[in-house]
Amino acid sequence: MSSELEDLYQEVILDHSRRPRNFGELPDAAVRVHGDNPSCGDEIHIAVKFGTDDELADLKFTGHGCAISQASASLLTMKVKGKSRPETMSILHAFRGLVTNETDEAPSLLGDLRLFRGVRKFPQRVKCALLACRAIEQALQQPGGESSISTEGEA
Amino acid sequence: MVHKAGVPDWNRIRSDFPILDQTVHGHPLVYFDNAATTQKPRAVIEALRHYYDNDNANVHRGLHELSARATDAYEKSRQRVAEYIGAASADEIVFTRGTTESINLVARAWGGKFLRAGDFILLTEMEHHSNLVPWQLIAERVGARLRFIPVNDDGTLALEELSSLLTPEVKLFACTHVSNSLGTINPVAELCARARAVGAVTLIDCAQSAGHMPVSVQEVGCDFAAFSGHKMGAPTGIGALYGRAEILNATPPWHGGGEMIVNVSLEKSTFKKAPHRFEAGTPNIAGAIGLAAAIDYIEAIGRAAIFEHDANLTTYALERLVEMPGIRLLGPSGKRGAIVSFVMDSAHPHDLTTFADQHGLALRGGHHCNQPLMRRFGVPGTTRASFYFYNTTAEIDRMVEILHDANRFFG
Repeated sequence: MSSELEDLYQEVILDHSRRPRNFGELPDAAVRVHGDNPSCGDEIHIAVKFGTDDELADLKFTGHGCAISQASASLLTMKVKGKSRPETMSILHAFRGLVTNETDEAPSLLGDLRLFRGVRKFPQRVKCALLACRAIEQALQQPGGESSISTEGEA
Repeated sequence: MVHKAGVPDWNRIRSDFPILDQTVHGHPLVYFDNAATTQKPRAVIEALRHYYDNDNANVHRGLHELSARATDAYEKSRQRVAEYIGAASADEIVFTRGTTESINLVARAWGGKFLRAGDFILLTEMEHHSNLVPWQLIAERVGARLRFIPVNDDGTLALEELSSLLTPEVKLFACTHVSNSLGTINPVAELCARARAVGAVTLIDCAQSAGHMPVSVQEVGCDFAAFSGHKMGAPTGIGALYGRAEILNATPPWHGGGEMIVNVSLEKSTFKKAPHRFEAGTPNIAGAIGLAAAIDYIEAIGRAAIFEHDANLTTYALERLVEMPGIRLLGPSGKRGAIVSFVMDSAHPHDLTTFADQHGLALRGGHHCNQPLMRRFGVPGTTRASFYFYNTTAEIDRMVEILHDANRFFG
């Protein structure tokens, strides 16, 4: 087995792809974002409920896709649940940097999300890793209701 | 010589493809993405080099020796393409960038003139986006509508629906010869005969058949046919549109510019006859020469022999794959093109192709420019292995071994 493959598919990532956490419906969500990666057919639907202090009180997701997209949705929703909006934005920003940048920095605030560092060796899989991240970013930007994002930037 | 005692020497043929002799991620390359693009034999690479080393000039205009040589080679290539696909004349061959541009030419130029509001365009549910989107665009512009022959669960066309779909309002019928994701070989001669009977103009997408089996446009009886050079050993950026002389000459130009005109004044222009009317600007001269070289190479092996070799590989691959646990094979069980598409319970197509790539195996994972067809089969995408005459059963064994490893890794 190549070390790149083992870096990409860490045991924790495979575990979250097989048994995603926070997977399911959130009937009383304030915001819903449908994330679509048309080049792969991956779909992630994120639902967010905000708490009394405007924190991300609960997040759930549904959808289907590759191990990287599912595991990143699972681990990201776990990481930002209960966090304030600014904290969440910092985490998402750091996560984006982790999977796209060539720097070796992996901020400790990312915790288990640091396992996704292996993705940067697979440029064609970066979109998979960022699908849930982009959907949560969008959720923070909209006042309420539903919207859609796509990794392909449709006109 | 590619033949040994009347039988193609496949090992010798494989050694004509320099690119195949390499390791990828530390493993011998197994190239199974031939439906996307094929590798190029040394003879084609040499033909390009020879042209640029000796004969390069612009065509049809220079009154000098090199231009005469380039023009001669370019037009001889057109003649070679005409013979190869069984056209009546070289004037029925338009050089294009490939299948996609060929179909866009027909949709825009022929469709723009002859399609009217209320007309129907009949396609199938298995068309590549390149034989779907150009028709959506022209339909929207002229107010025509689209209609589709459904696909059965086994990946064949639901031909029993044809009578109700092929009404006199159908003005254009376009269909793929071989499905790029299922491998289905469609009965295109029968389909064209049925479409002609209601007065429809016919187009066949030969992208997956032209380099893999004997194809004669006159036997198929189509009005238009499109194919790409790069899927049959030629360079990228060259392909052809066949158009029956009568219909091609009735089709107006689509791109304006040099080479396609007779007289130009500041207000208006008159145009050459087909095919030059459709080749504005400096064409892909080297590409056309490379395409003719690829045709020579394929014909030296023989398309019937290539088809048989590909079919044996495909049958062997299906026999080996069906034994795998948790696999779903798509496409017909009978005769098919050199394409095998499947879904595995243990891994998404993108994880599988990443895993395979790290073992030196080039597969394609995704929707294969067939999004509606993927929805039809209820899958987000598939993993596809597609073969050409330089592939071997040993490589299929290697693929099966890698897929077993992937099952263990992801399962």
